[in-house]
Amino acid sequence: MPELPLFPPQASTYAAREDALFFFLLLVSAFFAALIFFLVIFFAVRYRRRSPTERARVIREPLALELAWTLIPLGINVIAFVWGAQLFFFAARPPAASIEIAVVGKQWMWKFQHPEGRSEINELHVPEGRPIKLTMTSQDAIHSLFVPAFRIKKDAVPGRYTVAWFEATRTGDYHLFCTQYCGALHAHMIGRVTVMNPVAYQQWLGGPAVPAVPMAEAGRLLFQQRGCITCHRPDGKGLGPSLLGVFGQPVHLQDGRIVKADESYIRESVLLPQAKIVAGYPPVMPSFKGQIGEEGLLQIIAYIKSLKREEKGEAKP
Amino acid sequence: MRERTDLPAHQFEDVDQQHEASRLGMWIFLATEILFFGGMFTGYALYRSLYPAAFADASRTLEIVLGATNTMVLIGSSLTMAMAVHAAQVGRRKALTGFLLATIGLGLAFLAIKGIEYAHKFEHHLVPGSAFIYTDRFGPQAQLFFSFYFVMTGMHALHMVIGVCLLAALVAKSLRNRFSSAYYTPVELIGLYWHFVDIIWIFLFPLLYLIDRH
Amino acid sequence: MNVPPLQQRAHYLNIDYRIRSWLFTTDHKRIAWLYLASITTLFFVGAAFAVAIRLNLLTPQGDLIQAETYNKMFTMHGLIMIFFFLIPSIPAVLGNFLIPMMIGARDVAFPRLNLASWYIFTLGALFTVTAAAVGGVDTGWTFYTPYSTTYSMTNVVLTVIGIFVVGFSSILTGLNFMVTIHKMRAPGLTWFRLPLFIWSLYASSVIFVLGTPVLAISLVLVAVERLFRIGIFDPALGGDPLLFQHLFWFYSHPAVYVMILPGMGVVSELIPCFSKKRIFGYHYVAFSSLAIAVIGFFVWGHHMFVSGQSVYAGMAFSALSFLVAVPSAIKVFNWTATLYKGSISHETPMLYALGFIGLFTIGGLTGLFLATMGVDIHVHDTYFVIAHFHYIMVGGAVMAYLGGIHFWWPKITGRMYPEAWARLAALIVFVGFNLTFFPQFILGYLGMPRRYHMYPPEFQALNVLSTAGASILGVGYVLPLIYLIWSLRYGAIADANPWDATGLEWQTPSPPPTENFEHPPVVTEEPYAYPTWEGEDA
Repeated sequence: MPELPLFPPQASTYAAREDALFFFLLLVSAFFAALIFFLVIFFAVRYRRRSPTERARVIREPLALELAWTLIPLGINVIAFVWGAQLFFFAARPPAASIEIAVVGKQWMWKFQHPEGRSEINELHVPEGRPIKLTMTSQDAIHSLFVPAFRIKKDAVPGRYTVAWFEATRTGDYHLFCTQYCGALHAHMIGRVTVMNPVAYQQWLGGPAVPAVPMAEAGRLLFQQRGCITCHRPDGKGLGPSLLGVFGQPVHLQDGRIVKADESYIRESVLLPQAKIVAGYPPVMPSFKGQIGEEGLLQIIAYIKSLKREEKGEAKP
Repeated sequence: MRERTDLPAHQFEDVDQQHEASRLGMWIFLATEILFFGGMFTGYALYRSLYPAAFADASRTLEIVLGATNTMVLIGSSLTMAMAVHAAQVGRRKALTGFLLATIGLGLAFLAIKGIEYAHKFEHHLVPGSAFIYTDRFGPQAQLFFSFYFVMTGMHALHMVIGVCLLAALVAKSLRNRFSSAYYTPVELIGLYWHFVDIIWIFLFPLLYLIDRH
Repeated sequence: MNVPPLQQRAHYLNIDYRIRSWLFTTDHKRIAWLYLASITTLFFVGAAFAVAIRLNLLTPQGDLIQAETYNKMFTMHGLIMIFFFLIPSIPAVLGNFLIPMMIGARDVAFPRLNLASWYIFTLGALFTVTAAAVGGVDTGWTFYTPYSTTYSMTNVVLTVIGIFVVGFSSILTGLNFMVTIHKMRAPGLTWFRLPLFIWSLYASSVIFVLGTPVLAISLVLVAVERLFRIGIFDPALGGDPLLFQHLFWFYSHPAVYVMILPGMGVVSELIPCFSKKRIFGYHYVAFSSLAIAVIGFFVWGHHMFVSGQSVYAGMAFSALSFLVAVPSAIKVFNWTATLYKGSISHETPMLYALGFIGLFTIGGLTGLFLATMGVDIHVHDTYFVIAHFHYIMVGGAVMAYLGGIHFWWPKITGRMYPEAWARLAALIVFVGFNLTFFPQFILGYLGMPRRYHMYPPEFQALNVLSTAGASILGVGYVLPLIYLIWSLRYGAIADANPWDATGLEWQTPSPPPTENFEHPPVVTEEPYAYPTWEGEDA
């Protein structure tokens, strides 16, 4: 006898909220579908033509009836809309204390980097009960990361960063799918999310034998190897601006605009440095396009995020 | 083919109904054209707002004198087209032929000048693709500007070419005395089309040439 | 009506038998036949791809077909069914045949343009089928960038040209219908005396005319980017991949309504006729068609909730999507109310119409799940979506198309179809359809993604069920093909108005003469003015 599951496992805080709304919609839909089915069948039988000369009866068309079946569905829709939008905002706003995991989709695999440095392919290990924030991008076509047990899904779009988050509530192994068609082996982009209890997760982070370099540290190494450090000196006396405490702050550009130094801004500044010149600095930075890959970019971003203003005095990046 | 142009086609009750139907059809067709160009204008607007500096920079490489000349040429052609329609309405057949030929001439002049501009872009390696060369500063973003420049002006030029062919067909008909003050629907419809193509250019010119020259 | 027997009377079918009298015809009724032949062929081609897809999904490993081939098959299935069957089906076949007759005209406004539309359609089909034959295309019918412009190794450009060309056919058909409906109505036929089928085709034409050009330009840009490596959508070249999605869905969401609106129009004709009474809430049904066409242009972003577009844009699109659901609900309630105290007979067209109401209701209600942003995160791009739109497209549009074909078959051919066989086929279609697609709702909520050539083993049972249903559905579609062709020669002779229906098309002989009416009709009353009985209930 083959398995016949009818409902997916519910393994995240979001899944519980989403299922509640789903059952509300299911209830409403079942009610209206049953009503229409019943009326159609009942009328079709009750008022079937009994003789060829039979005539239909004249019925009134009260305005109240039209208003009722316009306004009642509208009212239900307003409830569903508000509830759904609330849920969407919940899903779009990761808590501040999340563990940040970097995700790169490529044909045809998922690559995950943990902040502590361990990286994995098509497998994702996460602790139970901690919010996990996924910062995602793609190296080629658009992919989409989907974990049915968590009810979360987000596209990984080349050239930009998207964010998803979840908090797993139940240990176990769950499917991870790519849901945006991405080429021949799209259906092979299946992975596994393993939710572990926090202690086991810490042990897992410590293995395997080869010591992993934390992401920010890897970014620091890259920052030195590529010579970024010669211009972006922490004391601000280089050719380029100091990057201490820059992340998340507004940046004044030469053309008078102000942009926020977020992941996309840093990415663009590395790949296309001349696009947004910081006010007061010459446009001399070369492009690192083709020299630093998606994973390297995420490491550099992690490094720049880690540079805090307070360290200014004794910073040694 | 119908023999007499003052009789309606079989599906119509009378000539007026036929004339009105044709005009409505043309207006609906122009609505589809607006949406067609609208897609390109949307893309252009999006990228210009994303990369304003690169677009301004790339826009400066366009030859404003040639662009402005072409604008004048097209406005002139709209004038001759309007006069052709008027000549058709009052039944002056020689004038009709003359104005149609003038419109064709101006249309061809526009295409020739456009061709010169395109040739210059090729010489300066400003055509997107593997041969594209531009200052490091705006590389791919400037290329986007030129992508839209070529797609939009190319689509516009294609409409001009079709317009010139339609006008040539009108001239042929006009020489065979097919139009009269009672029947000039094709002249009027193609006139509408011609004005529409001109208006597209009136939008293209400032959007592409005048970004940074105010 | 006193009409001479079929063989002795000149009508549009027997005036000329030569092949060129068909290929160069400007008669809207003959052009409808040309479309009928083309899209029926294309329907069965598209269905053959569906059969291959369903067979492959019998096993979790997808043993039957290689991944690359499978991807090409679902792409061709989508392209053919959407652009070459669903979009043209009711408008180009039934619309072409009926619009001039329903409004009392001799032909459409531009008969030669009408014929040109069919040639353009055929040309587009040739391009697309050629692309499939010389290596296929694997982008999915949505052509998402940058996959379609950079990473796909298949015949994207040829296919895109095919779709571009067929788009022109839609535009010209829409233009022709709009002008015809505006300018060629019979004396006395005011807008509120028009049959609802005309209203729905008018609304569809608006979408054809305003939406298709945007799809056309998006596809041009895809081809340009792919051919010349010009950056427009590929971020590696400076482009924005989401721009394509916006442009694509700006057309393709309204296109979904183009597929269902004509079906709603057909059902609005069938229900009054077989209930023998005026449709309930004529004005509400008519205006809801226009409301759907207009609001439908502003909901495209609900395909992009998880794409990374801003949450506020998502909210606006979600709210508008809920709004566009209301006119559909209004239609369903009005159709149901029309049945109340009617005099209902259960001939095949009515069976399809009643089936339509049920399946469309399920399809519409499940659409609410997708409009709800928080739930869409989970079900987006899964089989839930597949099931939802097949309930609308196949359960809705195809059921209505079949119902319409049966209803007007006597008018089109002058012959009746065999009633018993037709009822059986309608029943098979209904059962097979539900068995095929209902399991897919469950599969989708479980998390099975669409466009998967293989899947985890626990999804197998539901997939087997779905494939079993598909084979029943297949029988249901082949049966009408056989008995309708049979009826062309052996069917009972139909008189001018076999259903005792109102409507101008029934006031002329079956099949009609070339110019439709022997005497130009004059309209003096409301549509659906069936004789009614006022008094106490029996």
